[in-house]
Amino acid sequence: MNESWLLFKRSLSDFWRIFRRNRMGMTGAVLVLAAVMVAVIAPALSPYTPATVIRDEAGRGLTFAPPSVHGPLGTDDAGRDVWTQLVYGARISLTVGFMAGFIAMFVGSLLGILAGYFGGWLDNLLMRVTDVLLVIPDLPLMLVLVATLRQMELKVSPLTVLILVIGLLYWTSTARLVRSQVLSIKERQFVARARAIGAGHFHIIRKHILPQIMPLIVANTVLILSTAILIESGLAFLGLGDPTQPSWGTMLNFAFDRNAISNGAWWFYLPPGLAIVWVSLGCVLLGNVLEEMLNPRLMGHHLEGEARVVKTEAGRG
Amino acid sequence: MAESALLRVCNLNTEFIIPDKGPARALEDVSFEVHPGETLGLVGESGCGKTTALMSILRLLPSNARISGQVFFKDVDLFGLSEKQMRAYRWRELAIVFQGAMNALNPVMRVGEQIREAITLHGLMSSSEAEMRVGELLELVGIPKERGAQYPFQYSGGMRQRAMIAMALACSPSVLFADEPTTALDVMVQAQVLELLNDIQQRLGLAIVLVTHDLGVVAEMCDTVVVMYGGKVAEYGPVDVIFNDPQHPYTQKLLESFPDLNEPTDPSTDSRQVLASIPGAPPRLTEIPPGCRFEPRCHVRIEKCKTESPPLMDVGENHLAACHLLK
Amino acid sequence: MSRRDYLLRKFLFSLLTIFVVLVINFMLFRVLPGDPVRSVIGRNVRISAEMQASLREQFGLDKPVFPDQFFATLQQWAGGNLGVSWSLRQPVAEVLMSKLGNTLLLIGLGQVLSIVFGVALGLFAGWKRKTSFDVGSLTFSLIAWATPTFWLGIILLAAGSTWLGLPTGGIVSPQNVGKPLYTVLPDLARHLVLPTLTMTILYLGEYMLIMRSSILEVLSEDYILTAKAKGMSHWQVLWRHGLKNAMLPIVTMIALNLGFTVSGAIYIETVFSYDGLGKLFHTALVRQDYPLLQGAFLLLAVSVIVANMLADILYTTLDPRVKAN
Ligand SMILES: Nc1ncnc2c1ncn2[C@@H]1O[C@H](COP(=O)(O)OP(=O)(O)O)[C@@H](O)[C@H]1O
Ligand code: SF4
Ligand SMILES: [Mg+2]
Repeated sequence: MNESWLLFKRSLSDFWRIFRRNRMGMTGAVLVLAAVMVAVIAPALSPYTPATVIRDEAGRGLTFAPPSVHGPLGTDDAGRDVWTQLVYGARISLTVGFMAGFIAMFVGSLLGILAGYFGGWLDNLLMRVTDVLLVIPDLPLMLVLVATLRQMELKVSPLTVLILVIGLLYWTSTARLVRSQVLSIKERQFVARARAIGAGHFHIIRKHILPQIMPLIVANTVLILSTAILIESGLAFLGLGDPTQPSWGTMLNFAFDRNAISNGAWWFYLPPGLAIVWVSLGCVLLGNVLEEMLNPRLMGHHLEGEARVVKTEAGRG
Repeated sequence: MAESALLRVCNLNTEFIIPDKGPARALEDVSFEVHPGETLGLVGESGCGKTTALMSILRLLPSNARISGQVFFKDVDLFGLSEKQMRAYRWRELAIVFQGAMNALNPVMRVGEQIREAITLHGLMSSSEAEMRVGELLELVGIPKERGAQYPFQYSGGMRQRAMIAMALACSPSVLFADEPTTALDVMVQAQVLELLNDIQQRLGLAIVLVTHDLGVVAEMCDTVVVMYGGKVAEYGPVDVIFNDPQHPYTQKLLESFPDLNEPTDPSTDSRQVLASIPGAPPRLTEIPPGCRFEPRCHVRIEKCKTESPPLMDVGENHLAACHLLK
Repeated sequence: MSRRDYLLRKFLFSLLTIFVVLVINFMLFRVLPGDPVRSVIGRNVRISAEMQASLREQFGLDKPVFPDQFFATLQQWAGGNLGVSWSLRQPVAEVLMSKLGNTLLLIGLGQVLSIVFGVALGLFAGWKRKTSFDVGSLTFSLIAWATPTFWLGIILLAAGSTWLGLPTGGIVSPQNVGKPLYTVLPDLARHLVLPTLTMTILYLGEYMLIMRSSILEVLSEDYILTAKAKGMSHWQVLWRHGLKNAMLPIVTMIALNLGFTVSGAIYIETVFSYDGLGKLFHTALVRQDYPLLQGAFLLLAVSVIVANMLADILYTTLDPRVKAN
């Protein structure tokens, strides 16, 4: 085994030792992993498919049936099993959210590294672009983009359009973060030394810079994932999802449009929302803890209580 | 020492509770006295507890600190007061100029206003009288009084430090703590600030506790010296006795590397450098050795030093030192 | 950089951003398949040949896309002509203006409430760091952050209408539609409760988090220790030295948050059938009414950009460091 692998294994086990004791971080990890598990084994969790209509003895669809022996979460307006839609929906929501998140992470890191490392006009351009993107309200922009792309009758699925639009608009915060980190690493000795002995740019980035910013990128990605999942659910709720492949957001769109609320069908509109909160909360908890571990802010502040005066019996000195 | 002491610190013990580790014993049985009009120098390597001592006296340490012992200000035990009662003593009687005071002024409040606030807070005068007083104080430290209307970022480093001193004098305190008031300033300005302190003391007759690791400054400014090592008092006495007849091996080492008492400090030799010439490092506060804290670095240590901690002993008139060799 | 240069730079930057928005809007307009005239007036509307020709001329459609068509379109937009809504058969600008007030009312109420409560809670949580109050508000904020706006709206809608008998939608009851709003205030208030509550809950968490980290940073500054050493009580320190310094970054954050606020309005107005720009936006989306969609986008984007610029100007008057420079 080579040395760097050992080092990696050691730092991983160090990391795990600290992380394990963090209750918030563990909660987040468990929430996310559980959701991923459900998505993976979805077919094993239900006898139906999302499109199966459950019928009574007379053959009529059981519409808006409350939770019962037919299904733990009842049925929707067309008599389809909500639980089944929920577990299959995990696949869509997580796929779109994670793919979009990873695109954002990749684009953001790449641009951040290039801008931070090479500086100059490239850096200037990147900063201006992120400045501009920062003040354009994102939801209206995405809605207009998705709607227009849809209309263009391109040969891509609606979900791909969603993934691309979210991914290509949410890289700015990552880019800024990575850029500032790269800037500070670039100032350090070993980079200067590597450059002095004639190491190429690609080599320096790969060997010296990437390993140092990787933890930061990971923490940031987890946070981006939660945003991507929330945005996906929002766009789907507003009707931009794929009705043939319903995500949690699409389910809520159906529930809202088909009067689940006035029908009192809470089993239709509560579970998908809870699932979204479940995953995005998981990512936020995890991301915050990872970030905190990277730059701990243990420092207290000056109004945080007073020093305790301990009474002693000792006489005057 | 005499009954007339303004501030008497007796067996001050301070520890910091550090999560996952034992308590860090930052101060152990620190005692000294400050008399009216006197300048007391508190010297020692960085990390030996000088700042902690001042902050303990003012009870300004964070909540992970445990302090015990007695601090008498004119016979009132400050450690026996409630937090609310203690507030009346802060600044009114005991004012402090913090170490590295570059950010000690509020960036979005006018400097004059920050000084005035200290006066009106303690109800010393009316608002308009205070306004006048602010002008006087600024002139006293050599800042044109119109500049009181400016913000800290419009001041140079030296001016900020002088403004801090003006602020510290606002309530005419009995004791002024100055925690390394000149570090982080350039040499010219250092000299000005020290001169200012000297001048103020002469004029106002207040007592100053001057924390420094610069022996030159001590020689120039102080009447009495407390040499601290690793959270304990190593030696304590009048300045000329300490400089001419040091008893503690640590003090001796310090002075050995100190060039000439009659010469002002050579700015090019930072005293940190001088102190670093004693090989080794001070003890970790969470792993205090049972014996003398200086033992690992001491050039004259004996068997006993490893196991027994030496008490502070009288070694002359008004002169104390803690070393087993001084029986 | 002097304050004037700074403001000038901000102004130019805002112009640049608005220009980018205009370009995006124009390009989206043009990539739609089919005859651009059809995009302007709608696919199924029958119009005469002369009308078509005049529209063609008006939008310069017989000329190259750039620069002629682009600038012709800009000129139209600048003159307030955003085209005609396909679904409503009304000029887009007119439709937008009729909904603007309602949205401002909702956003204004929601923001004021969430800022006031969020800042107060954040201040307190940061001061009492690590106490159960702090942990509680932190947990609340994280959950609020992770909750989709529209879903919280749905839950409040269901709960509020079932248990509190609050109206399920609209801005006033049907019999009051068309009357001036100030004549039906109690009815309006009842309709505003749930949407405002949704907005307040969601943004409160956000402002609390920002204020908390801001005050934590401020309270570990040296000048706070100075204030304490002066003999001030915690309250005095917080009030005189903590609050203003901690509020400064909040001003910028409020401005940057405006974009989010607009997103919130779209979701909330959709859920509560609240008759504002957000619901209009959604309607345009569902009906594929492109002129309306683009007009709404233009209005929302430009408003947010301008509001951001105003916040920057405000900031320079609040922070003496920027002001004097
Ligand atoms: N709040 C604190 N928590 C834990 N340890 C502290 C704290 N403040 C100071 N210390 C420790 O106490 C020791 C004395 O520090 P200090 O009084 O600042 O030394 P000096 O002023 O002499 O340089 C140092 O080892 C420092 O790390
Ligand atoms: S007690 Fe021993 S170790 Fe300590 S200073 Fe004296 S001789 Fe050195
Ligand atoms: Mg110190």
